[in-house]
Amino acid sequence: MDEIRKRFIQGFIILIAILYIGRLFYLQVIDETYKLDAQNNAIRKIVQVPFRGLIYDRNKKLIVYNTPVYDLYITPKKAHVQDTLKFCRLFDITRSEFDSLTHLARIYSPVRPSLFLRQLSKEEYARVQDAMVDYPGFSFQISSLRTYQSKGMANALGYVGEISPERLLKEQEKGNEYYRQGDYVGVTGLERFYEDELRGQRGEKYVMVNSRGVEKGAFKNGEFDREPVAGKNLISSVDIALQDYADSLMQHKVGSVVAIEPSSGEILAMVSAPTYDPSKLSGRTFSKYFQTLNLDPLHPLINRPPSAYYRPGSTFKLIQALIGLQLGVISPSTGFGHAGVPMKCHCGGTSSSIQLGIKNSCNPYFYNVFKRIIYNNKEQNLFKKSAVGLQRWNDMASKFGIGQELGIDLPNETKGKLPSVEYYDKVYKGPLRWKFSNIYSVGIGEGEIVINPLKMANVAAIIANRGWYVRPHLVKGINEIGNIDNKYKEHISAGIDRRHFEPVIEGMVGAVNAGTVAAEARLSDIQICGKTGTSQNKHGQDHAIFIAFAPRENPKIAIAVFIENAGFGGTHSAPIASLCIEKYLKGKVERKAMETRWMNKSYLANVLSAKSASAKPNKEVKATAEKDSTIEDYQLRNLKEELFKLDQVNKPKAPAFKIPMQPEAVLPKNQKITSKKIH
Amino acid sequence: MKREEQISRNLDWVTVLIYILCVVAGWLNIYAAIYNPEHPIWIFDDGFFDTNSGKQLIWIGTTVLLIIAILVIDHRFYDTFAFPIYGFFLFMLLAVLVVGTEVKGSHSWFRIGSFQLQPAEFSKMATCLALAKYLSTPLTNLSRFKDQLNVAIIIAIPPILILASNETGVALVFASFLILLYREGLPGMYPAIFLAVVTLFILSLIFEEWQIYIGLAVVSALVVWAMPRYERKTKNILAILGVAFCMGLFVTGVDWAINNVLKEHQRNRIRVLVDPDFDRKKTGYNVRQAKIAIGSGGLLGKGYLQGTQTKFDFVPEQSTDFIFCTVGEEFGFVGSLTVVGLFIGLMLRLIYLADRQKSRFARVYGYGVVSIIFFHFLVNIGMTIGLMPVIGIPLPFFSYGGSSLWSFSILLFIFLKLDAHRSQMLSRW
Repeated sequence: MDEIRKRFIQGFIILIAILYIGRLFYLQVIDETYKLDAQNNAIRKIVQVPFRGLIYDRNKKLIVYNTPVYDLYITPKKAHVQDTLKFCRLFDITRSEFDSLTHLARIYSPVRPSLFLRQLSKEEYARVQDAMVDYPGFSFQISSLRTYQSKGMANALGYVGEISPERLLKEQEKGNEYYRQGDYVGVTGLERFYEDELRGQRGEKYVMVNSRGVEKGAFKNGEFDREPVAGKNLISSVDIALQDYADSLMQHKVGSVVAIEPSSGEILAMVSAPTYDPSKLSGRTFSKYFQTLNLDPLHPLINRPPSAYYRPGSTFKLIQALIGLQLGVISPSTGFGHAGVPMKCHCGGTSSSIQLGIKNSCNPYFYNVFKRIIYNNKEQNLFKKSAVGLQRWNDMASKFGIGQELGIDLPNETKGKLPSVEYYDKVYKGPLRWKFSNIYSVGIGEGEIVINPLKMANVAAIIANRGWYVRPHLVKGINEIGNIDNKYKEHISAGIDRRHFEPVIEGMVGAVNAGTVAAEARLSDIQICGKTGTSQNKHGQDHAIFIAFAPRENPKIAIAVFIENAGFGGTHSAPIASLCIEKYLKGKVERKAMETRWMNKSYLANVLSAKSASAKPNKEVKATAEKDSTIEDYQLRNLKEELFKLDQVNKPKAPAFKIPMQPEAVLPKNQKITSKKIH
Repeated sequence: MKREEQISRNLDWVTVLIYILCVVAGWLNIYAAIYNPEHPIWIFDDGFFDTNSGKQLIWIGTTVLLIIAILVIDHRFYDTFAFPIYGFFLFMLLAVLVVGTEVKGSHSWFRIGSFQLQPAEFSKMATCLALAKYLSTPLTNLSRFKDQLNVAIIIAIPPILILASNETGVALVFASFLILLYREGLPGMYPAIFLAVVTLFILSLIFEEWQIYIGLAVVSALVVWAMPRYERKTKNILAILGVAFCMGLFVTGVDWAINNVLKEHQRNRIRVLVDPDFDRKKTGYNVRQAKIAIGSGGLLGKGYLQGTQTKFDFVPEQSTDFIFCTVGEEFGFVGSLTVVGLFIGLMLRLIYLADRQKSRFARVYGYGVVSIIFFHFLVNIGMTIGLMPVIGIPLPFFSYGGSSLWSFSILLFIFLKLDAHRSQMLSRW
């Protein structure tokens, strides 16, 4: 019996041993989850943020860089602040802020450093540094702050901010696993478009930590660590001097200036007015400033040149003339009278050539040109004729980039709208239900056609080049000049023979020298070739447009100036274009009085009264116009939301906007009369 | 001289070898458990002897002296003085309640300078001696109630005193003497009841009460059905129903006891066993971290001093009660297997040695040693791999701690001394 019991005990011990060995085998060899758990426990990845690339202008002037700033960290367990009041005074915080910050840090971890104050400037850092010996447990860590040299280019450059949850999700859906919550990314503008180049490659360091999160040295002697790679530098095509100059001219105005070097498609200046101070959007002031901008009724956060769109108005007549010549439906010497044209004209009489038609911006002339473009085909039925003619016209206008994306290196470029056969079929609820008499307003750039200021400048560049363009772009090199996508180098034909340009240019010269353009916009020694435009909109004053290039031979600059609710283009936009051309071609501006006057000129009263007018239905406006305006507004609103998906806090009433009451701020009524008179 | 020659010749060197392997491996793992890669401290550095591994080295040194003393003392001493030794340690257990210092909530330590001793650890050895002494008295018979009662008293007094000093873990070790008593003729019913109770206890944690009631009813019905026809008398059926009813009552009692008698932390420790995700932050934390440490070791381990879980304090008590985690993490399954193998080898060897004793005293004592070591092995390793509730008892020879190392060494070497002199000891009955 003893023997049996002995065996029993031995058996029991061996049974337990087998059970334990089995369990150990399961835990250690079969179940892999514990390995992961152990890593999550003890190995922490420390991200080393790379230096974001710098941005230079075309003359190698630094326009965007990183300023070192100092983040203050607190380790609650080590921190002893004897004199809290003194500490608060030193850092300019209140007692309750101090209490809540230390409290939060303590909750996070008593032994790990947590962020106390972010982005102290070099000056602030210098000021507090001596006093820091009295405050153990506080430490500084250097980080960088995006700094923008020039205020004028805010919208084109964009800004950098913490990645939004939506964008994070989007990137991950695209298979981009790079971003983590809390990363800083380019939110708009070049910062966004060239995000991949600018951001560099983040470094990773693996350290071991103990159960309280205190670092305990490198994991496997840094075998898996990776050094951060600094971002690439961008060389922008922008001439920052011109940019700033154009920006200062656009003070107190809402609108755009786009200047392009025609031979290369490089954008020399791109102003979106009103602008904002981009430096304030990177740093401690972000949320406050962003709120202000976001609530601003003038939408300073919208980059107008590539995004906002308007009717091109009379500037579109240039394209009509070129298409007409190319199709052979008119010749340079074709003349039209005013008879039988359902349009008013201010030119007084007959335009006997294309040159005069452009010079006077004669509406009946281009009514007839468009009629010939549409009707000059073999179809017998007027409706069929119209459809075939419009399709041909649409194809040709598309080649100018109208209704297309030009492919600028900025996010949120709008296509605009070029009416097509399908479009009218839809509007008139079926094919062959419309003809020329329904669509003629397109012929003078009104009605259903909308384009953005960037395209207007590009049209000027096409004419300057006599028939081709390079996709407009803001960056002429990544790290070194020329190192850009080939699509920004190829010449794109507008489909018009070179010989057809001279009569049109002749008309543009006429317009500047003796036509629709205000006299002060002329330059004595440089021939500007330009075309005015006045874009109708339902909210009040017309938008003033002017596109031009200079000099006539071997053009160096093509420019579009667009001012919302200013009135007639020749009067209100042309002088600004002229000043910009002078600035760029001569390096300085001699017409100081004119310069000052234009800088001070304000159209904000018009814009704001237009805004308030838009709140009420306005029945006087033409039906087509109303429809399009709605689209335009809708687009703007949409764009705004798309661009800045920030938590929509209960939107308070728009803050009272201070209108600088300049003597030039003409009353809307007077303005209306002037504009209609000259058109 | 002659006697010493005898000792070195007759000592069971297999056991000694296993012992040395355990102690050395234990020390290496203590060193690893507290190793800090940023400030590694080597044996010759200043401050080494303030660390756990340094102190353990001192304990190991003194243990060698103790072992020599045990081997030198006459083997009859232990037999003769078994009861006085038992009495002495009972006195110490009482004394510690008065003059002891409190460490981590248990009032069971004597402090001498920077070293601490825990009499409870030694009382296991003393009880073992007393049991051996009592059972080796001629004519004791464990099937007799009187002897059962006396044995129960001998076993019960130390744990009651130990419980008074709030050291529950050590007190539970005394349950292990059931193995010894079983071997020495205690009716098999007692361990059977014990196992049944433990099984029911665990079942009542996993299942709802009513599920167990149904289970009991089904099982008793099956038993009756399986009985041969001639056994199926009213008396037997009633007996079976009675047993089932008692079990049912017990289950109800367990639920009541868990909710009303046990302290919250004890209750949680038991609950974690059944539901590993329970209370991850607090009670569940230790068990989870222990499993992570061992589980992350893989087949071959992360390599000596390369573990991250134990040395960075994720595992609590990593050099004492949870020392097995370091083994598992740094040496992997191979290391764990080796350690389990060492213990199994030791226990089977001790059973073999115990059974070749001529004197009942030595045999009973030998089984006592096996019982104690087995219980520690069962609970300590079991709790690190989530098969046992967390009970704070050390892994013999491995865990950091002077009291533990001393008491286990004394326990083991007294037996080896007795074994070395087995031919000189006359069987008294």
